[in-house]
Amino acid sequence: MQRIIKNGQVVDETWHLLAKDVTLDAIPNCDDIIVPLALWREHAHALKARDGGLGVWLEAGDEIEEIVDDLAHFQVIALEFPAFTDGRHSSTAYLLRTRYGYKGEVRAIGDVLRDQLFALKRVGFDAFAVRADKDPYDALKAFEDYSEVYQASADQPQPLFRRRA
Amino acid sequence: MYVYDQYDQKIVEDRVKQFRDQTRRYLAGELSGEEFRPLRLQNGLYIQRYAPMLRVAVPYGLLSSAQVRVLARIARDYDKGYAHISTRQNVQFNWPELEDVPEILAELATVQMHAIQTSGNCIRNTTTDQFAGVAKDEIVDPRPWCEIIRQWSTFHPEFSHLPRKFKIAVNGAVSDRAAIEVHDIGLEAVKNEAGELGFRVSVGGGLGRTPIVGSFINEFLPWQHLISYLDAILRVYNRYGRRDNKYKARIKILVKALTPEVFAERVNAEWAHLKDGPTTLTEAEVARVAAHFVDPAYLPLQDEDALLAQQNAEHPGFARWRERNTFAHKKPGYVAVTLSLKPTGVAPGDVTDKQLDAIADLADRYSFGEVRNSHNQNIILADVEQRQLLALWGELREQGFATPNVGLLTDIICCPGGDFCSLANAKSIPIAEAIQRRFDDLDYLFDIGNIDLNISGCMNACGHHHVGHIGILGVDKKGQEFYQVSLGGSAGRDASLAQILGPSFAEADMADVIDKIIKVYVEQRTEEESFLDTYRRVGIDPFKERVYAANH
Repeated sequence: MQRIIKNGQVVDETWHLLAKDVTLDAIPNCDDIIVPLALWREHAHALKARDGGLGVWLEAGDEIEEIVDDLAHFQVIALEFPAFTDGRHSSTAYLLRTRYGYKGEVRAIGDVLRDQLFALKRVGFDAFAVRADKDPYDALKAFEDYSEVYQASADQPQPLFRRRA
Repeated sequence: MYVYDQYDQKIVEDRVKQFRDQTRRYLAGELSGEEFRPLRLQNGLYIQRYAPMLRVAVPYGLLSSAQVRVLARIARDYDKGYAHISTRQNVQFNWPELEDVPEILAELATVQMHAIQTSGNCIRNTTTDQFAGVAKDEIVDPRPWCEIIRQWSTFHPEFSHLPRKFKIAVNGAVSDRAAIEVHDIGLEAVKNEAGELGFRVSVGGGLGRTPIVGSFINEFLPWQHLISYLDAILRVYNRYGRRDNKYKARIKILVKALTPEVFAERVNAEWAHLKDGPTTLTEAEVARVAAHFVDPAYLPLQDEDALLAQQNAEHPGFARWRERNTFAHKKPGYVAVTLSLKPTGVAPGDVTDKQLDAIADLADRYSFGEVRNSHNQNIILADVEQRQLLALWGELREQGFATPNVGLLTDIICCPGGDFCSLANAKSIPIAEAIQRRFDDLDYLFDIGNIDLNISGCMNACGHHHVGHIGILGVDKKGQEFYQVSLGGSAGRDASLAQILGPSFAEADMADVIDKIIKVYVEQRTEEESFLDTYRRVGIDPFKERVYAANH
């Protein structure tokens, strides 16, 4: 079982991240699943009728605006990083938290590495599926990288210039 | 200049700790080379031809004498005794060991310096006019705004992995010495009719492979909204800039693809959500930052025209130097002095540890303990008393800084090129030297007058060849180094991109080629016409005919 970081702790993963080519008939009724956006586009109605928990995952090029009216249906929104240097979903997470008021889990998936976690947490991610070959306990140290920050973001609505003593 | 408080200091110290651990993990094999690469780049560390190159940030070019002394010590202890002033006003060391870099950063942090975001696909060092705060033609001092942008851009969590590098420049004077129109974002501080401060905002300028002059998308952005508007531009770029091809990833490509009008609409739509939010700048914050840039304790002096005229008459060398290497100051009795880092035979922008120590000493004795790096790769003492100018000139001569060539043909902007840089297609320093040697007659140089000659060793254009009145680009042709020449570029307010003259030349021919170009200018010019004026009037053909005629 994969372990992921949630709210600053390493926990066992209980959700199933379904592959991009998954079909509706392959989906169990009761498990907690994170479906690709394409499946949601096709079968939103059927997915809503399931008993298990529902999440959706977006590729880096997918735009969050497509599902902003559906956010209430998702307990998890997972955002994929094809490479840790692809920053598009940093904006997605920020918008989810600050503009669209999403309160559920925002999870980073894909090429997720320790040295990006501090910034990802700032823009609104609260869960991190650290790449399988890396130690999630080691990655926890990233949250201590900085003790002060300049900018306002999802974690801190006030920029430092409004907080300086 | 800006002085860190406990917050700024803590952030820089945290960075040292973080990078020390990243380096340790890389050396221990916990981070692969590929994983470490973006981390080290965002800390200015390149793996170069012979050794790593460390680029140290000099925010908007400003340095205290204490900082200069630390740079001298680093050059001595960790390098081969010299440093290089870059075209982004930063300082580069070409020979540090990777293992030493955390220690170098720790030393830098003791004088409020760092290497944060001096490379990588993030917001780079914000640059400005090297004469900010002292220029006679200044309308708004750009330095507080540069510092506000520095803080906003430092570890911006949302914009730390952009499609490509991102450069911002700010100008606040009548002349544009910051080349804002060839930056990803160019900000021109202006005042409206009511006397309120704001910014004209240009986006999508840039050099590199596809040089483009930026487009102004906002004619007056009230200062309070600077940060929210920058956030809006960066968010549109971060989301929609191309990531499939690094040569098409700069914001200029996005702006061009959308058209500046549509890009501006997107920015405005995004900005509508942010405007008047918590990032709205406050008068208190601007005042806090601006308080670091108030005038130093100038004496109530008078201009020393008579004295200087007399000294000119006694020392023709002084007169010549003063004509080229000094710049009018806003305060009577003061003058800004440019130390030329372009004597013949020294790589343009290179400075030794001993010279750095000497500069720190001169800054303390002549210029309130501060210096500035210019994007032209020279160093400036901005606040010199006119009555001390002759004494200073004497000291500068001893240190090799008094070459009277600022703005002249031999004041060449030049990247490190193939001698150091692993990106380069060709060497650039030997070309600069060959041209300096050819034009060794000062009278002729003075007669030629103002001319920007810019050399890049590859199309990344660190030497800004596209905006040189004469631009030289190193190219690789089947493993041989050749040089393409272009004419008519300008980085000033009338920014323009240079036009390619024709087929490229071998290294050995370059001094001759430049010689011919200059001769065409000298023959064709009218009285008072600069090289750029003449070029703009007569076009490229007369130059082309002369240069290529000899090859037939």
